[in-house]
Amino acid sequence: MTDTPADRLARATPQPVARRIRGLSDRAIAWIFVAPTIFLLLSVNIFPLIWTIRLSFTNFAANKPNAEVKWVGLRNYTRILTDADTWANMQTTAHFLIWTITFQVLIGFSLAWLINRKFKGNDLVTTLIVIPMMLSPAVVGNFWTFLYQPQIGLVNYAVEFLTGIPADSFSMLGPGGWARWAIVIVDTWMWTPFVMLICLAGLRSIPDYIYEAAEVDRASKWRQFWTITLPMALPFLMLAVLFRGIENFRMFDLVVLLTGGGPGDETLLASIDLKREAFEKWRTGYSSAYAIVLFVTVFGLASIYVKALNKVKER
Amino acid sequence: MMKSLYVKGLLTAGTVACSMGFGTMMAHADEKELTLCWAAWDPANALVELSKGFEASSGIKMKFEFVPWPNFADRMLNELNSGGKLCDLMIGDSQWIGGAAENGWYVKLNEFFDKEGIKMDAFVPATVTGYSEWPKNTPNYWSLPAFGDVVGWTYRKDWFERPEIKTAFKEKFGRDLTPPATFDELKQVAEFFQGRKIDGKTVYGASIYTERGSEGITMGVMDVLYSYGFKYENPKKPYDMKGFVDSAGAVKGLEFYKSLYDCCVAPGTSNTYMGEGIDAYKSGQVAMQMNFAFTWPGFEADPNVGGGKTGYLVNPAGPGGEKFAQLGGQGISVVANTDNMDGALGYIKWFAQKDVQDKWWSMGGFSCLRAVVEDPNFTKSQPYAQTFLDSMAIVKDFWAEPSYATLLQASQKRFHDYVVAGNGTAKEALDGLIADWTETFEDEGKL
Repeated sequence: MTDTPADRLARATPQPVARRIRGLSDRAIAWIFVAPTIFLLLSVNIFPLIWTIRLSFTNFAANKPNAEVKWVGLRNYTRILTDADTWANMQTTAHFLIWTITFQVLIGFSLAWLINRKFKGNDLVTTLIVIPMMLSPAVVGNFWTFLYQPQIGLVNYAVEFLTGIPADSFSMLGPGGWARWAIVIVDTWMWTPFVMLICLAGLRSIPDYIYEAAEVDRASKWRQFWTITLPMALPFLMLAVLFRGIENFRMFDLVVLLTGGGPGDETLLASIDLKREAFEKWRTGYSSAYAIVLFVTVFGLASIYVKALNKVKER
Repeated sequence: MMKSLYVKGLLTAGTVACSMGFGTMMAHADEKELTLCWAAWDPANALVELSKGFEASSGIKMKFEFVPWPNFADRMLNELNSGGKLCDLMIGDSQWIGGAAENGWYVKLNEFFDKEGIKMDAFVPATVTGYSEWPKNTPNYWSLPAFGDVVGWTYRKDWFERPEIKTAFKEKFGRDLTPPATFDELKQVAEFFQGRKIDGKTVYGASIYTERGSEGITMGVMDVLYSYGFKYENPKKPYDMKGFVDSAGAVKGLEFYKSLYDCCVAPGTSNTYMGEGIDAYKSGQVAMQMNFAFTWPGFEADPNVGGGKTGYLVNPAGPGGEKFAQLGGQGISVVANTDNMDGALGYIKWFAQKDVQDKWWSMGGFSCLRAVVEDPNFTKSQPYAQTFLDSMAIVKDFWAEPSYATLLQASQKRFHDYVVAGNGTAKEALDGLIADWTETFEDEGKL
């Protein structure tokens, strides 16, 4: 007769507890274990979502508790989808997403590829590279505001030094079309290390014998990269893109600190606009509809992406 | 089994007893404590000192919740709206009064004022209208004027008096360098100082409000627009804005603000408000600065710009000679949700006293009590006292409607888009503003 951990646990269970549990089926016990989690999920995720959907069809304003709440049908959705400003904000968000992810993937993967090689001081370099992602966005926002300052900032000084363009003749966060790129640069600086770490995990998971076999077959380094390294690290890379995409879709703090959404609406991301609608203008019904539109967009894009990711993994 | 029941019973009894004791203690603490909520700025520190007098006379301990200006409205309106009990007393912004009155956040103080003999005509009229009344110009009071404030200008008097600068100015413009009396003169002076080297350092013309996130650029633009003929609505037909918001004068005023931004501010000042203005002025970066009067005591005390180096200016006049200024400041209100109504009302009664208001002014608080500001010695009490008085006589305020936050966000967007980002024309910005404001009033059922 074997003495399994389950047997030992059964023997160690006090009699009154064992008596109570004995009458329950496995399914019932499973439900007892998952019920708290399900309850928590329903109360903090599903219920608010359903409530938000309900509010999105009303004119409810949270700062007017005594006002009559009217059912407005699809009016909030129609307003959002036909509002040129909303579309402009979505374009700004798309610009931010596409370029931050592109730069972070390119730089992050390159850094991971370099760091994956064994050299002296490897650990120290890795630690130094990941420092930006350990900082709080509030610190990074203020820090870069100074760096971008035309009169005392290092960025403008560097541009003057390299190109001869006077430092105080342009402003990265002001008018002139640079503000959108300025926020992309800051986010890339902060989050490239995160992408690098995920890529590094991917690169280190590739067994050495595959490269050894390729060497035996006299495959060039270039060919090894395209046929071994990149395909095998691709699922990790795609995962990093998914994480950064979701994170940056709801980007708020860094951009508010750097530009406040300006100049004009040049860096007004959808998440900042949503916050203003909900908690500054107090248009709760309208902002609920706005949130649902954003949720559906992210959910739809993420679903398509996850399917693609699974296909890549299956290969 | 009995033993287990006995232990459980003891635990329950203990818990109940502790809760009751704690509850009693809390109730007791509530009666002996008051929390006052305000913005985190210099006057708030002065109020902490001033309130020690109230603590000594009443035995009530004062607690304070101060939030930095950029987050003040967000944080406190959330607090009021959610029915929170953080604040017993609120020194809220003047524009909140409509929403606070209509949504029942503040206690109406008429009965209390009558009972305690507090007369509203004892306060500067503009502050009563601006901080206390809702609906405006009716005797319905929701706060006691607490801190008078207005947008004005400071200038580097020491620079204006330097012979070489005076000569250079006269050579260039054919007139003496004097504190500007009109906006055109102000721009001329700003252009003169822009990029000039003073004591080996490059300085700039002026610091003006350009902040996008909260209310900055609206406060700055409005401060100019009023004197150019801007009006919020048809005086004979409320909420009728066409021809008033976008009048020819208003368009010129907005164009002027943009031209001032384009010609005469320091580089990189595309998102600046009160704090950044103070820094720019104190560090000797600018010759003139637009800012609320609350900043003035700080300049007097500053080693770089204090001690006679700073001059104070009432808002200059517009092209037609009209002169108005943007109202700032706040009234003190009792939060309807307070558990210590008597204590909160007691604080207001104490604060309204003449000797307390005298002390308030001496500590850097801008009193609104006429007995203080009309005292013959008042204008000599501080270098900026006369400017403050003159400015308070010409104030106008932004919408104080319950939907003020929505109206404000619209103006922030339109003004920043035109002035800073340089998109479109002034007329388009003001027409867009009318469209936004009309939509808001339609949603409110007022149009």
